Amino acid sequence: MKLVRMRSGHGDVLLAEGDPEVAEDEERLIEEFRRQLDRGMWAAVPLAGRARREARMVRDFTEVPRDAERVVFFPRAAGG
Amino acid sequence: VEPDERRARELMRAVVGERDFEAYERLGFVSVTGRNPRYAYLVYPYRPLVAYDTETGELLAEYCVGFTDEGERLPPADDVLAKWMSLRGVEYDLIAEANLNRPGHQVDPDHARRDIARIRELDRASGDPGVIER
Repeated sequence: MKLVRMRSGHGDVLLAEGDPEVAEDEERLIEEFRRQLDRGMWAAVPLAGRARREARMVRDFTEVPRDAERVVFFPRAAGG
Repeated sequence: VEPDERRARELMRAVVGERDFEAYERLGFVSVTGRNPRYAYLVYPYRPLVAYDTETGELLAEYCVGFTDEGERLPPADDVLAKWMSLRGVEYDLIAEANLNRPGHQVDPDHARRDIARIRELDRASGDPGVIER
């Protein structure tokens, strides 16, 4: 599983990568996940739907499917 | 294409699938069906979401919303992808955050209507059901 964050001037940046079934990796992934949400990021898990791709917004690492390939962090939306 | 935009497009391709990625590459925007499939949104980089009726093509509203990273704009493909994921994941939260305006406030209505026709044509050409099925 990869945790990536959208960054201005960069595109996405890899924050952490690991196997959530491995305790040490999971701890690192959870730590980075919480750090991003504490910074006010939104987190989305891309999913392959039946006919269309989907995305699930998550607020806790326990909501991330164990087999998810990536979690994408991006700035919160603001009215323009 | 700038390196950050190229990288953003790679992420977009991995997330949204071929239909929407092709639309972005060819047309510069995508269309995302709402939770209620009677309407959909034109999603442009750095411009408001334009909601429209999927049957009639009537323009319904503009929702002005943006994503900035510490005050800086994301690459265009990331901006579109952020809107795409938010609409797929938390459509009503996104809409609640946005500033609501009548059609034509920022996006020229004729331009939006042409874009609806273009996305439909792309769907027809690819045999995709488009916005009718989610």
